[in-house]
Amino acid sequence: MSTKVEKDQVSGTDTTGHEWDGIKELNTPLPSWWVYVFWITVIWSVGYWVVYPSWPTANDYLKGMFGTTNRTELHETMASVAAERAPYMERLAALDVSEIANDSELLNFSMAGGKAVFADNCAPCHGTGGSGNPGFPSLQDDAWLWGGTLDAINQTLHVGVRWDANEDTRFNDMPAFGRDELLERDQIEDVVQYVLSFTDRATDAAAADRGAVVFEENCASCHGDDAKGIQDLGAPNLTDAIWLYGGSKETITETVMNSRRGVMPAWEGRLDEETIKMLTVYVHSLGGGQ
Amino acid sequence: MLLKKHHIVEKNVFFLILGIFLTIIIGGIVEIVPLFTMEQTIEKVEGVRPYSPLEQAGRNIYLREGCYNCHSQQIRPFRDEVERYGHYSLAAESMYDHPFQWGSKRTGPDLARVGGKYSNAWHVAHLIDPRAVVPESIMPGYPFLAERKLNFDDAQAHLETLKMVGVPYTDEMIEAAKADLYLQASEDAAYDDDFLARYPNAATGDFDGNPAELTEMDALVAYLQVLGRMVDFTTYNPQMNLR
Repeated sequence: MSTKVEKDQVSGTDTTGHEWDGIKELNTPLPSWWVYVFWITVIWSVGYWVVYPSWPTANDYLKGMFGTTNRTELHETMASVAAERAPYMERLAALDVSEIANDSELLNFSMAGGKAVFADNCAPCHGTGGSGNPGFPSLQDDAWLWGGTLDAINQTLHVGVRWDANEDTRFNDMPAFGRDELLERDQIEDVVQYVLSFTDRATDAAAADRGAVVFEENCASCHGDDAKGIQDLGAPNLTDAIWLYGGSKETITETVMNSRRGVMPAWEGRLDEETIKMLTVYVHSLGGGQ
Repeated sequence: MLLKKHHIVEKNVFFLILGIFLTIIIGGIVEIVPLFTMEQTIEKVEGVRPYSPLEQAGRNIYLREGCYNCHSQQIRPFRDEVERYGHYSLAAESMYDHPFQWGSKRTGPDLARVGGKYSNAWHVAHLIDPRAVVPESIMPGYPFLAERKLNFDDAQAHLETLKMVGVPYTDEMIEAAKADLYLQASEDAAYDDDFLARYPNAATGDFDGNPAELTEMDALVAYLQVLGRMVDFTTYNPQMNLR
């Protein structure tokens, strides 16, 4: 390989001196402004080492002139956010959930905050805007398992439903009448006919009549003699057209056979008190609040 | 000038390899060695424990299915992340992860604190058909997980291997690995003090709505339900670990 630098006749530029089988390479270096910028960044990096955290040492690291850290910066940011929100948060902390609506400014703040928190934490199950999913109740209708007052919603948010980690969690335990052999198969068919008869969908009137007896002995203690549900027990109304798991004969049979055990996480600890209050106000406003 | 001499390195394989070695050694000393010598690399916090055998099985499924392609497990110390996902992740929280699941590419949400956020039933419904519960989701469904029996005859071997790379599984844990695997997915686990002492804060009971079988769905949900729940942040003092 030749290393002879020569001037190219056509372009007037020097070659690099490399030659492969007669092919030569022009030496067109980087523009000088680019090279200067490169050296400036190299010098800049030295200044950066001094100002910001940089090199590790044996068991520590150079902390820079101001001891900058991501975590400190975050805590400062969050402190200033908290300071901005403090006027609202202090009022939220002091007021009972039922009193928030009296303060229109605070209500607006709670609705906006509640909506954001709902979208992240609640919407995956309850649907965007609380429209519900099979097995996860709609929050827009008048049917409430554990009560739709502000206080009841606030309590449910705190303790969850069948959330074992919370001692005060909302809890009931419908028996699995079929799986645990508490009822015979034909008794279950009868009681399903009786339940269907509330919405005029029974296909076997005689079975529905027999089912009324089964219902009274096995179901009425939680769902009520009139089957309209008992909110203190979290037992749903069976006479309306609202069904959490579906209202077809097959689904109701499945529910009586195997029971249902819907679970909602407890949010106390995970969300702070003020946020739970905002969420309460927002959920209450979705359409079903009592 | 030295810059004019680079052709010596370029033409001589020995010097080239020597140069590459030197460069890597310097990089390694500066970037890797301090992680072992700096006392504050991993925060000293209460509560972080090795994964239970069922959680570890779920983690293996998480890796097998490539969940990490879309989901990170690292809440960075920024306001938007902390307000959405909760306390920023600590290095200590992933010290028993092999490999860790850090990242910032999020096609789906970060999962570092998804444990306890949703019910088991939701995870199952969502994994079977994400759009059944989240209409706007672009996540693929994994319905087969609920049908595949969990194959974990090598429960002990997994724990032993992890022990070799520094996860502090005790002999007792390894001994009980296979039994614990089945125990955690049964109702008995919640009353088994030995199990709860080995794996505090573990979610227990049937996970997939099918108590008769131990499926891959059970394992994956058990894993998801423990993510981010080992450290109790109501008592954690962040001022201890500012950096």
